[in-house]
Amino acid sequence: MESIFHWISANEQMVYILILVIFLGFIVISRVPTVLHTPLMSHANAISGVVIMGAIIVMGRAAADNYIALILGFLAVLLGTINVVGGFVVTDRMLEMFKKKKAP
Amino acid sequence: MGVSILALIYIIAAVTFIMGLKMMSNPATARKGNMVAGVGMVTAILGTIFLYRNPDGSLLQNHIWIFGAIAVGTLIGIFAAKKVKMTAMPEMVSLFNGLGGASATLISVIEFNHLADLGFPADASSVGTMAIIFAGVILGNITFSGSLIAWGKLSGKVKDFAFKGQHIINMILFGAAIALSIFITADLQASATVILFYIVFLLALIYGIFFVLPIGGADMPVVISLLNSLSGLSAACGGFLYDNKVVFTGGILVGAAGTILTVLMCKAMNRSLVNVLIGSFGGGGKLAATGEQGQHKEISLNDAAVVMSYANKVLIVPGYGLAVAQAQHTCHELEKLLEIKGVQVKYAIHPVAGRMPGHMNVLLAEADVSYDKLLEMEEANDEFTTTDVVLILGANDVVNPAAKTDPGSPIYGMPILDVELAKNVVVNKRSMKPGYAGIENGLFYRPKTSMLFGDAKKVLQDLCGEIKNL
Repeated sequence: MESIFHWISANEQMVYILILVIFLGFIVISRVPTVLHTPLMSHANAISGVVIMGAIIVMGRAAADNYIALILGFLAVLLGTINVVGGFVVTDRMLEMFKKKKAP
Repeated sequence: MGVSILALIYIIAAVTFIMGLKMMSNPATARKGNMVAGVGMVTAILGTIFLYRNPDGSLLQNHIWIFGAIAVGTLIGIFAAKKVKMTAMPEMVSLFNGLGGASATLISVIEFNHLADLGFPADASSVGTMAIIFAGVILGNITFSGSLIAWGKLSGKVKDFAFKGQHIINMILFGAAIALSIFITADLQASATVILFYIVFLLALIYGIFFVLPIGGADMPVVISLLNSLSGLSAACGGFLYDNKVVFTGGILVGAAGTILTVLMCKAMNRSLVNVLIGSFGGGGKLAATGEQGQHKEISLNDAAVVMSYANKVLIVPGYGLAVAQAQHTCHELEKLLEIKGVQVKYAIHPVAGRMPGHMNVLLAEADVSYDKLLEMEEANDEFTTTDVVLILGANDVVNPAAKTDPGSPIYGMPILDVELAKNVVVNKRSMKPGYAGIENGLFYRPKTSMLFGDAKKVLQDLCGEIKNL
């Protein structure tokens, strides 16, 4: 139990971010109309690709002869990039159609 | 200096993610919002590569590997995103989501290996850190295997599969993964730690498969949304491990947003999340009432064209059949032809019609159907009483009266479009086969209903031809 308290106080900033961002996420999303649910899901999916930065850090730290870390890191960056790029491009394709319609 | 600039870049990126999501809530700003977040993401990625400093102050190495992976990933991502058909969009999102989950898992695996190489020093491998590593692996792997199964199911490659006691086995799998994680953390110096870690890895993968396999039909959008929020949380675990606040913020933001989206979808179907996850939908099918079978009545193209041309108001109910047939443009053409004849034409959009919420809106938007013609479910239900003809294009479960009348039906309680309030109902389907949820639809046997069999695009083209000739 004591170790949990210690852990929380050691990571105070992260715990604050956690709580505030959860509320933020709830509020921002609850205003989205049904029409935009599919693009929104795709957009959120693209953002979840932020994990790619963790992958880049892992890879950049790996020793040049630590092939396991390099290969796993390469895969992580590759998959993360597909997630980010594919996610944003697909969302844009969907939203492009909404825009066309706006012009009379 | 570089570190301060990077901190600033991360803060700006986090703001762009939030702004992006906010701008996504309005159709007029949505596209810009997507780009804003995209630019924030690219900046943050470049900043990480060139400005990030390790705790010992050194810059990141292996740039060739990093740029190689990014270049290949970008090409694959753009190619896949540009190539995919509008109908296959939900599958694509699911697939991308799974890859993000895999990426998050790999980070936790590498971090675990790193700690294992150091012999799990007490200061670097606290209970909290280990919990985050295990959470990253478990959530990431569930996202990965679950999303792949969802992708396979939506594209018709994987069939529904359920067996007796599956929920119990699922719970045991999940429980075992957690219990084993706690066991490993309790004694990291044990010789079996690394092997047990990979057993947790496998358990999570298998759980993801069994978790999605029995869930079929109408619940698939909910599952994709849920997996999306899980992938956000697994990303946040990665952000926590590297004390990277933008990754953490982005991950939690997606986790929270995805959860809310999941709940909104469940609400639209009047089902609780627990029900969706525990009660396999369409897998068993034993409850599906078949009592109402009888004669269905067919209508000729010519008759259908006449009824619609002389109607005052026609409401079109699009469903997945329209998407599969890529008939949205022909549908828009029919709408214009009818309007020339003085018929008022609108669309009744069920929130979960198609394979994802908003799927139909995207599809019709592609065909330039104007916004104000799209009615949401409540608005549409108010208008059916004054509607002469309802034309159902490949929709099924969202107009199934069993949702209101048959407590034994798996979709009982889901709000539906009350098409029966209209004077006539014309149903276009390819055959009498039950819909995605695998439930018989009594609507097709009602006296008001007439069936117009055939591929949606072909039928709509023929209808347009008939109307022109009237």
